[in-house]
Amino acid sequence: MSENPNNWPLWEVFIQSKRGLDHKHVGSLHAADAQMAIENARDVYTRRQEGNSIWVVPASAISASNHDDGGMLFDPADDKTYRHPTFYQMPEGAKYI
Amino acid sequence: MDQHQALLTYCLRRGDDNLILSHRLGEWCGHGPQLEEDIALTNRALDLIGQARNYLQYAAEVEGKGRTEDDLAFLRSERQFVNTMLVEQLNGDYAHTICRSFLYDAWHLPLQQALTKSADERIAAIAGKAVKEVSYHLRTSSEWMIRFGDGTEESHVRAQTALDALWTFTGDLFVQDDVDAILVKAGVVPDMAPIRSAFDKTVETVLAEATLERPVDGHMATGGRQGKHSEHLGYLLAEMQYLQRAHPGAQW
Repeated sequence: MSENPNNWPLWEVFIQSKRGLDHKHVGSLHAADAQMAIENARDVYTRRQEGNSIWVVPASAISASNHDDGGMLFDPADDKTYRHPTFYQMPEGAKYI
Repeated sequence: MDQHQALLTYCLRRGDDNLILSHRLGEWCGHGPQLEEDIALTNRALDLIGQARNYLQYAAEVEGKGRTEDDLAFLRSERQFVNTMLVEQLNGDYAHTICRSFLYDAWHLPLQQALTKSADERIAAIAGKAVKEVSYHLRTSSEWMIRFGDGTEESHVRAQTALDALWTFTGDLFVQDDVDAILVKAGVVPDMAPIRSAFDKTVETVLAEATLERPVDGHMATGGRQGKHSEHLGYLLAEMQYLQRAHPGAQW
């Protein structure tokens, strides 16, 4: 993963703040393996009670869209407001939709 | 010595162990081998400071002479500190720092677990909170021992060197005197024999996985509990206490 043997590989960290919620990307860190990445994530990203579950993913395992393709990929959605569920009433008490 | 005096001394011993090790770990702040490890190590230092405060606050109350936790931490001299000699040893390289923590944690966890059953409710409560923190400390220090021992040739040599150098201070962890005898009888603190067994078992398991050799029990350096320390503690206190000594009562 890393060209430099003195550098640990990079991991992307996802934290679930509360049971039932999704894991959100919070940042990245270096670690020698997955176990160390979880423990480092615990120390770097959950010091202030931010979470109750941690996922780590090798940064090299993530495929990203190309920023330059942004116009082609995302702009066509701009004028298709009918895709937004804005014509529905939100059920009362539904917080996470 | 009565039970009151014994309880005071015992709280100072527990407080001093954590305070001095915390200071040593804090010396790494900003100098850790990796940013992540720097944060992780100083997090553990903060855990230990919290535990030290709990015990020193209790010590101050038990003493009842108007001294505070800060007075106990910053205005006692070397011979009045009753920490175990292991924790005052120099940081050395990172293997040395980790090995010192590992030996301490392997003793500290079973001790705190046993203290949760203390007849003294305050000590039981302090231990109850500490157990979770110390469980994590032992896990990380064990993992690092295994990484170093079973890692590269160089890391293996460094870990074994650290272990050999620090082993002589493990005897001091298990020394028991009048203070312990009085409190064991009162059900306030546990006997050391089961703590020793737990320590031996942890050390055996982790060293086996780390492919490290347990040093032979030779001469053990003891005396920390009576205020007899290695030359390193004086320098540590000079730095730790400088501000309160130079500017008494300073606050920020």
